[in-house]
Amino acid sequence: MFRTPTRKSLSLVAGGLLLLCLPPIAHLSGEPYLISLFSRILIYALAAVSLDLILGYGGMVSLGHAAFFGIGAYVTAILSSHNYEGIAILPWPITLAGHASALVAWPLAMMIAALLAALIGALSLRTSGMHFIMITLAFSQMLYYFFVSLEAYGGDDGLSLFSRNALPGLDLSKDTHFYYLCLALMSVFLVIAYRLVHSPFGMVIRGCRENEKRMQALGFPTFRYKLACFVIAGAAAGLAGALVANQTEYVSPGLMHWSRSGVILIMVLLGGTGTLFGPVLGAATFLLLEEFLPIYTEHWMLYLGPFLIVVVLFARHGLYGILVGRERDNG
Amino acid sequence: MAEILLRTEGLCKSFGAVQACNNLALEVVAGEVHALIGPNGAGKTTLLNQLSGDLMPDAGRIFFSGREITRLPLYKRAHLGLARSYQITSIFPQLTVEENLLLAIQAHCGHSFHFWQKAGEEPQLRAALALALAQVGLTERAKIQAATLSHGEKKQLEVGMALACNPKLLLLDEPMAGMGPGGTVEMSNLIMKLKQHMTILLVEHDMKAIFALADRITVLVYGEVIASGPPEEIRTDPAVRQAYLGDEVQ
Repeated sequence: MFRTPTRKSLSLVAGGLLLLCLPPIAHLSGEPYLISLFSRILIYALAAVSLDLILGYGGMVSLGHAAFFGIGAYVTAILSSHNYEGIAILPWPITLAGHASALVAWPLAMMIAALLAALIGALSLRTSGMHFIMITLAFSQMLYYFFVSLEAYGGDDGLSLFSRNALPGLDLSKDTHFYYLCLALMSVFLVIAYRLVHSPFGMVIRGCRENEKRMQALGFPTFRYKLACFVIAGAAAGLAGALVANQTEYVSPGLMHWSRSGVILIMVLLGGTGTLFGPVLGAATFLLLEEFLPIYTEHWMLYLGPFLIVVVLFARHGLYGILVGRERDNG
Repeated sequence: MAEILLRTEGLCKSFGAVQACNNLALEVVAGEVHALIGPNGAGKTTLLNQLSGDLMPDAGRIFFSGREITRLPLYKRAHLGLARSYQITSIFPQLTVEENLLLAIQAHCGHSFHFWQKAGEEPQLRAALALALAQVGLTERAKIQAATLSHGEKKQLEVGMALACNPKLLLLDEPMAGMGPGGTVEMSNLIMKLKQHMTILLVEHDMKAIFALADRITVLVYGEVIASGPPEEIRTDPAVRQAYLGDEVQ
């Protein structure tokens, strides 16, 4: 069926085209560093979409999302450094060697992030509102201090990767290859998230956001559903972490500092909570402003702050809401 | 003697110094419309909250279809066939009317850990949805956001959600509160219809509606039952007249 283009479909097509054509544009205009900037945007977009799944759709305001992001990055970096040095991570009782393959490291990063999310979620989802914010914050800070004091892996100084992970068929050390991989993974996750929020599971999650007590009265064991959602979001943030470790070839405890959770949260708020493409737009806007405002003024944060406040105060669904108008439709 | 569907024994609940429920014994017979009346602060909603599982009693026991449910969480009671509506309308305002009802239906069709397919596409769900919409007269309003419904329609939706759970016992907390005369008549008709399929425990302030609908009435004052019986008996009970009805009912 052919429909007349709407603001929403136009925006999505334009955004998709821009992201697809970015590497050639960057090369032609002689600004190849744009590719790594946009890789970073895509990675943070993935983390922001995953946060929006629990925040915008599930109503769980977490200030600890960077914990999963950071743990994903550390899993990748630790595997990579052991592989480089040829020392097993765990020599006994089973030999656990390092690994440089993305096909091993990234799923493992996601699994460990998911496990951590299950653990943190199982405890913190027993609370809600302000208590939930504080508990998720406390857990991620615990993890932050754990890695700060973990001298074996660089402690405060962080850990460098010898090289990016290997993936058959692609050369991830080439920024263009890496960029398209980030774009593909982020798009796949958007599709998954889209199906998820429109599935029966997603309906339950949205119901919990609106009125959890009522959901229980209807017969839903809401805790299980919220925990499952929290784990899915944690796993996706873990993948984003694995990607960011590859992108910068360096990890540090700063990745799981609460201020990093705050940055991801700001991206979601800026782009539009409860929308899927909003967080992508939010991540892009935030990182572009962070990149280009300092060119004009040293005190760029002085301008970023009021901008954030205005958007959050006056646009209920963020920049995405302004862009597409009334046809958000949970997309 | 008909089967007793719901029974409480020595139920107690207090909030600080306020005894909202004091050694309360209640019996609801299967198939009846049982009305709960009493002056403000008599503990009617507190009792309902304990029956549905929103609140846990301090002491006492609750039995439902011959099984003790005193400590059962809210969602498990719903699966046993206990559904409720709330005094303060409790719907999902950001979802559409259809989605609100769909959630209620979904809650009783096994688990909802389906991550991929679109919600509400199975034919049996659609049929149940169409029925639920028709039952409360909201078929025309199916696609609109629940927040934009009128007050009366929200109440209807609320009852519709409780119904979609296909309960054995329906707890209705002031379904007519804040409704105009037309809405009250409509809601009374709905309750009359429902009566044929399920047992109803009703908290309501509209005396005319209660005396028309109820098979049995229990009167609560300060968390205690002061009388329980058929409407004619309650109407003439001197203690009730004194404590509650005053001179209102002749």
